[in-house]
Amino acid sequence: MSQNPSQQGQQAVQTTGHVWDGDLQEFNNPLPTWWVYTFFATIVFSIGYWLIYPAWPIGNTYTRGFDTITYVDKAGQKVTSHWNTRALLMEDMNKAAAFQKPFFDKVLATPYEQIAKDPELENFVMATGHSLFENNCASCHQTGAQGLVGHYPNLTDDDWLYGGRYAQINYTITDGRHGYMPTFGEVLEPAQIDDLANYVASLSGIHADPAKVAAGRQLFHSDTAGCFYCHGEQATGRHVIGAPNLTDQIWLWADVPAHHTAQGKIEAIRKVIYNGVNKGVMPAWGDRLSPVDIKVLTFYVHNLGGGQ
Amino acid sequence: MKLGFKHEWIETNIGLMVVITMLAISVAGMVEIIPLFFIKGTVENVAGPRPYTPLELRGRDIYQDNGCFYCHSQMIRPFRDEELRYGHYSLAAESQYDHPFLWGSERTGPDLARIGGKYSNAWHVQHLIDPRSVVSQSIMPGFPWLATTPLNMSDIEARMKALRDVGVPYALTKQEYEADVKKFGPELAKQYYIPNAQQNIIEQANANDYDGRKNGPITEMDAVIAYLQSLGNQVDWSKVNENQLVKDR
Ligand code: HEC
Ligand code: HEC
Ligand code: HEC
Repeated sequence: MSQNPSQQGQQAVQTTGHVWDGDLQEFNNPLPTWWVYTFFATIVFSIGYWLIYPAWPIGNTYTRGFDTITYVDKAGQKVTSHWNTRALLMEDMNKAAAFQKPFFDKVLATPYEQIAKDPELENFVMATGHSLFENNCASCHQTGAQGLVGHYPNLTDDDWLYGGRYAQINYTITDGRHGYMPTFGEVLEPAQIDDLANYVASLSGIHADPAKVAAGRQLFHSDTAGCFYCHGEQATGRHVIGAPNLTDQIWLWADVPAHHTAQGKIEAIRKVIYNGVNKGVMPAWGDRLSPVDIKVLTFYVHNLGGGQ
Repeated sequence: MKLGFKHEWIETNIGLMVVITMLAISVAGMVEIIPLFFIKGTVENVAGPRPYTPLELRGRDIYQDNGCFYCHSQMIRPFRDEELRYGHYSLAAESQYDHPFLWGSERTGPDLARIGGKYSNAWHVQHLIDPRSVVSQSIMPGFPWLATTPLNMSDIEARMKALRDVGVPYALTKQEYEADVKKFGPELAKQYYIPNAQQNIIEQANANDYDGRKNGPITEMDAVIAYLQSLGNQVDWSKVNENQLVKDR
């Protein structure tokens, strides 16, 4: 313990000799002995680290240390490496894979239709699918997969742009999609677009002007507008190009539900025909997610309610 | 303890104290950093990483201007949870053309090292203007001015020259251009030719229409999204020897 400098005799503690304000002085105690020895001990201890882990640089290489990690690489080969965080990760992934592999192998080996018949497997797929979906898809399709009118389709209903069968959903996720409808604003007269909007509205039971509906129906099926090439003779859509069914009262690009008057709804449809649609980009996940992840997601999306 | 010297020597000699303090605080940095310049494999030998095109480069500047890096790291560490969420751990090779690095240290938002290709341009536009319109619980601030601020490209050549001075292979001479053609192919080499930088910005922005306004002005939004879409998808992992990456550390 330090002592009062004013004590005299042998027990007096040295001061630095500075005096402030008449009586303020500064102790000059040496470091406590235990502290100094602990410091040396830590240096000795670190020699252990140098021996075990990568430590000293030597020219263009370094001492690897004696500790090793053995992991199994993607090709199934056993690899032994000096201790480092990347090898540690490999070992970690191996450990997790050992738990999950039987499940994932089973997912890959089981046809989609059979997965639902094995409750344990179905639980696994739905739980894994949910976390994959939240991580990769929810920013667009939203956390409940309910979509966002004007931007991202609802995946929980049975209305599909590109089809709701397993193979179609799998293709959509793997390769991505980009829906395209040309702009008609510069091709057609404003009155023609108005007629078409009335016709399309009438297909979903929205109250529209009968004369305009009749004119619109004709245009829809004519070469002038050519809507039927993409949306089909019955306006029920074509999955290969992602042209939506226009008769099902489900809207993605025309924000019809936001409007409460027939006028407003028709105007929303008119805008889409005028501007076309070119921003419907579903990214491709084939390079980002593994085939089994995509299979899991396909099953998950299919089982949100609308699978066919 | 008698160590042969008195600490008073240091404490009463301000010049000596400055030198020794500097040494003490820089030694840890030096022993960790300097050897990396000499050790083989520090920058992994993988194909793919390339310098930014002039448009992406401007996007990177704007990313820095707006402080995106305060909330977003660009460094996926070799941990299982990060690998599962973000993808393959980041390689030194992937930031070899970054000056300065934007690895970051805080993750208020997610890591962006592999954001390229994850979302569409339209998503980025909407998200940057109003994050909560797509991610309802987001706490990211909106950056609506990006969409309305015309991109300043008048100083792009100076910016590229500065990076060339620190080793990024942007080309000023025909010779350097030819070297880029060999290394990166003719398409990219054209992008890296400094005298054409402004023209390249205009062409890339118009050809890709990042901000969704085909014939509109080229905005900061175009540049930022071009930059984001270039992040983390340059290495072809199917050609990478993972065991070599492990050996390199
Ligand atoms: C080249 C093919 C093509 C032609 C021609 C075409 N469409 Fe489309 N249409 C599409 C596609 C594809 C979509 C969906 C775009 C997407 O999802 O990215 C779409 C979407 C729509 C929508 C929005 C539906 C919704 O859910 O909001 C309406 C309305 C529509 N089309 C009406 C028309 C009318 C009317 C015409 C004729 C003037 C027409 N389309 C011509 C391909 C076409
Ligand atoms: C960048 C936003 C975005 C992300 C992220 C995204 N999607 Fe999509 N997705 C879209 C858009 C936009 C469409 C509609 C494409 C069109 O209009 O042509 C779509 C369409 C789809 C469809 C087809 C719907 C139909 O009616 O046929 C499926 C299935 C789908 N997405 C699943 C997924 C899954 C699974 C993920 C995650 C791995 C995902 N999406 C991630 C934007 C996204
Ligand atoms: C105050 C912190 C903050 C700042 C500053 C910030 N972000 Fe974010 N960012 C977030 C948060 C939180 C999220 C997650 C929620 C979301 O997706 O909006 C996010 C998400 C993102 C995503 C989506 C990542 C993913 O994988 O889903 C992108 C891209 C992004 N930010 C880009 C930017 C850009 C570009 C800037 C600068 C112009 C920026 N951020 C500035 C907090 C921030």
